[in-house]
Amino acid sequence: MTAVQEVPISAGGNPIGFGSMKRVEDQRFVRGQGNYVDDVNLPGMLHSAILRSPWAHARIKSIDTSAALALPGVIAVLTGKDLEGIPRPSLLGDNFAWMPTLSYDTQAVLATDKVRFQGQEVAYVIAESRYIAKDAVELIDVDYEPLEPVMDAKRAMDPGAPVIRDDKGQTDNSITDVHGHKTWESGNAISTAEAIARAEADPNCVVVTQEVMYPRVHPAPMETCGSVAHLDKVTGQLTLYTTSQAPHAHRTVYAMVAGLPEQKIRVIAPDIGGGFGNKVGVYPGYVLSILGTIVTGKPVKWIEDRGENLMSTSFARDYHMTGKIAATKDGKILAVDVDVLADHGAFNGVAQPTNYPAGFFHIFSGSYDYPDAHCKVTPVYTNKAPGGVAYACSFRITEAVYVIERLVDCLAAELGMDPAELRLKNLLKPDQFPYTSPTGWVYDSGQYEKTMRVAMEIAGYDELRREQAEKRARGEYMGIGISFFTEGVGAGPRKDMDILGLGMADGIELRVHPTGKAVLRLSVMSQGQGHETTYAQIVAHELGIPPEDIDVVNGDTDQTPFGLGTYGSRSMPVSGAAAAIVSRKVKERARIVAAAALECSPDDLEWELGRWSVKGDKERGKTIQEIALLSHSSLELPEGVEGHLDATAVYNPPNLTYPYGAYICVVDVDPGTGVVKVRRFIAVDDCGTRVNPMLVDGQVHGGIADGIGMALMELIAFDTDGNNLGGSFMDYLLPTSMECPSFELGETVTPSPHHPIGAKGVGESATVGSPAAVVNAVMDALAPFGVRHADMPLTPSNVWRAIQGNPIRVDMAIE
Amino acid sequence: MQTPAPVDYVRATSVADALSLLQQHGDEARLLAGGHSLLPMMKLRLARPEILVDINDLDELRGIRIDGNEIVVGAMVTHAEILNSPILFEHYPIFREAEKVIADPIVRNKGTMGGSMCQADPAEDLSAVGAALRGTVVIQNAEGRRTVAMREFHEGPYETKVADGEILVEVRYPILPGSGSAYEKVERRSGDWAVCAAGACVTISGGVFSSVGIGIGAVNAEHFTAVDAEAFLVGKEPTAENIATAAQMAADSCDPSADQRGPADYKKHLAMELTKRALTRAAAAAKGA
Repeated sequence: MTAVQEVPISAGGNPIGFGSMKRVEDQRFVRGQGNYVDDVNLPGMLHSAILRSPWAHARIKSIDTSAALALPGVIAVLTGKDLEGIPRPSLLGDNFAWMPTLSYDTQAVLATDKVRFQGQEVAYVIAESRYIAKDAVELIDVDYEPLEPVMDAKRAMDPGAPVIRDDKGQTDNSITDVHGHKTWESGNAISTAEAIARAEADPNCVVVTQEVMYPRVHPAPMETCGSVAHLDKVTGQLTLYTTSQAPHAHRTVYAMVAGLPEQKIRVIAPDIGGGFGNKVGVYPGYVLSILGTIVTGKPVKWIEDRGENLMSTSFARDYHMTGKIAATKDGKILAVDVDVLADHGAFNGVAQPTNYPAGFFHIFSGSYDYPDAHCKVTPVYTNKAPGGVAYACSFRITEAVYVIERLVDCLAAELGMDPAELRLKNLLKPDQFPYTSPTGWVYDSGQYEKTMRVAMEIAGYDELRREQAEKRARGEYMGIGISFFTEGVGAGPRKDMDILGLGMADGIELRVHPTGKAVLRLSVMSQGQGHETTYAQIVAHELGIPPEDIDVVNGDTDQTPFGLGTYGSRSMPVSGAAAAIVSRKVKERARIVAAAALECSPDDLEWELGRWSVKGDKERGKTIQEIALLSHSSLELPEGVEGHLDATAVYNPPNLTYPYGAYICVVDVDPGTGVVKVRRFIAVDDCGTRVNPMLVDGQVHGGIADGIGMALMELIAFDTDGNNLGGSFMDYLLPTSMECPSFELGETVTPSPHHPIGAKGVGESATVGSPAAVVNAVMDALAPFGVRHADMPLTPSNVWRAIQGNPIRVDMAIE
Repeated sequence: MQTPAPVDYVRATSVADALSLLQQHGDEARLLAGGHSLLPMMKLRLARPEILVDINDLDELRGIRIDGNEIVVGAMVTHAEILNSPILFEHYPIFREAEKVIADPIVRNKGTMGGSMCQADPAEDLSAVGAALRGTVVIQNAEGRRTVAMREFHEGPYETKVADGEILVEVRYPILPGSGSAYEKVERRSGDWAVCAAGACVTISGGVFSSVGIGIGAVNAEHFTAVDAEAFLVGKEPTAENIATAAQMAADSCDPSADQRGPADYKKHLAMELTKRALTRAAAAAKGA
């Protein structure tokens, strides 16, 4: 449909439509001229710092702030008690000490009764400089009574376990969602159990059970979170510069939390140095900076340091999963059942659509054709940082893909079958789309086998297997790992998907100036994805205006229409569609204007890129630029056009889009040291239409690096005392170029049938798909040792221990 | 942004000047060399000196030269300079092998040998190299200079023989003609500290080991070395079996503790495996092998 098209090139050297072009954003980024929150400096601005709990679980007996207040340059010190004293005219609680989370739970802004995780916010200092604020934090004296921390999700549900959320009157550590559910199930429990029982009884079938953990990791964006809040006491206008992936949703939440009139709140997300889900949630620090400006009457800046970011803001994963897969002995999958213990930390702050409390984990049945699937997710509170879902996971599809792709490989090992052959045997066929999965998702389109075969071709799969056999004979351990993933992204149909009651649809505005230049105003928010480039290309594709003539504005709630923001790979599926639709509205308005100018009926006109002309008389026509000027001229305009071409739209997607891909990873493992070297990584993505293939490749590169990081090194573990063992970049290891091979990318293009330009979104595909490929490759390498599974991260010690038959429990401190 | 506690700063103009500044301020002063350990610790407020004495202007602490039958490396020589030194590479390839896996190019451009050694992290690589090469540390104080064998330099983790009011000025490595040397390290990620590292420097004469130096880092080897294993090998043929026995002896003499880099059993295994690999390669590289 739109895979390969001849696209005209503009005077600026850019494709007037889809095609690779450099990001316009790079002009400022590579020159160090980006403008991030910490670059915002307002006259009279104060600085602030947060005192955080050293304990994971402790009662606060007293807080003495007198020494901090006495330090010259300190303006104010706030504690939870102070916040309890600030009344809040809001439906969401009567004071400021607590705030709502995105999952209808409550979270302490500053701890009042207890601290519930290490790094929790306890007191807030506002001072003339950041240094003074930090000095003052050290002078606050808190008397804690340490309590037994619950660091192990498995321990959390023990009847005798300490109760973390006694503030809510809880008597255990279970989590109840807004619908009153304590577990989140999907699929058919009965038919799945029966199918597995039948397989167990049938000598021609096998059932493989495997426990796998997706440990806690962190998005770790290069820019930490922060905000600058400024309340203008004269106008009553609150301006918040903030690291936000969802400025409009945040504004509404602040209106609810603070009881401020929404029209008086302006949220500005300037350049964002990476989000990966970390900047979806509303953190106490943001709220405190707002309270800070209310209390002091001056602008207040709050910027996290690295340790604060890693220890207190949204983590990801922390899913303990037990999967069962049933199949015939010749490799036909029959059923999958998954049981999950989900560690949500001290406050249920996960960000996902209300009706999907386990995110989109329930898409775990994967890319395969079988009738019965069921899963049950049981969430628990622990004394760990709250948040969750963050980190480029498409609302927990990362966990879903990981469990099914590990199970398929375990099944292949059990059957003695090649994992590629097993997948090919079970992949959905093109004529099955739209396909309704056993857990109710409707996959839009796909040519799975074709994509798989492209990946195998690039990899030289058969040759790799031959090489592996030769090496094994020599005592060398190479592994080949495959992951085939399907995501559901672009939340969502608003009737099914909302966050805190806000439907997940996106607004957009397109203005065309008299000279034919245009401004597109997005509700979604770039954190480095390149929105200013790709959205201009969509308008260019629809209207023929060169991309360099189109400015894209995002991130300022006063300048952009309402929408739910950028996460879950939703920008291209939702706002990308909105950009096409609003452009088409402009095109239709232009048709009416052109018809008036050409003195014909609009029906007599035909469109070629950038120009309406009279059917059968191409010479008679008007370019979009000429029409733009005409629309502002003295031309008598017919009914249907008031006077310009500008249009607005709101896009409510009819369904998710379902990007997918086939990934193959090749590793070499040194059994003497346990060191894993990723030798090759092949990624064939099908994300439908590619607006800017260069940026798609960039997204895939970043995601594979993420995946290698999670598979091999990234981890936030805790010791039994509750200490966070991943609180700095010395301890939380991110991959470098040294750990990444030169990625080998391929593509197939199967457009989404319901998306106006056929695009599916790709932001998280590689992060979702790649960890399983790496782990599968390492397990494949270790197969001669009888190893079937070890949990991520596959650090040298973990791999060596797996070879010894004694893999490490990764979520707790190594002993 | 991480913010250190208040601190004063002064720039020394000579070693004598630095020594007098140290004397003046006592144990509240810290020398600032490359700053790649000290400054991050100050930003985390784990270190809070009251005054920094910057010795980056002291050219007398720079340079790599041959002095008689020793190679002399100045305290302020950077990791990058060691990595790229033709003199060190000619005599001791172990330096290049070790430096290639120390941190990253940015740290190596600024971080110094003296700074690394005085920080004395238990996983510090040049300490293991220095132990393998039987280097000698030269320390200067108001009274003059004194020397300490590398193998007596460390008092414990993060503690050395360099006292308050003293400066490590250089390290001298004896030249061993015909020696072979090698360095092996396992890290969780490039640029991380070692999970375990082992270096070896050997000479072979008449088909047997005539001298053996072993350096082991990050696994609590006494003085970063393994003297029993060294003694075992001297006079023995460089066979795989002898090397394996020595490597096991070396591992047995280590006492690693578990942390997020790995459990103790794994680290002990690595001490054996890496010592074996380093000895094997060093022996193969030694002339007369």
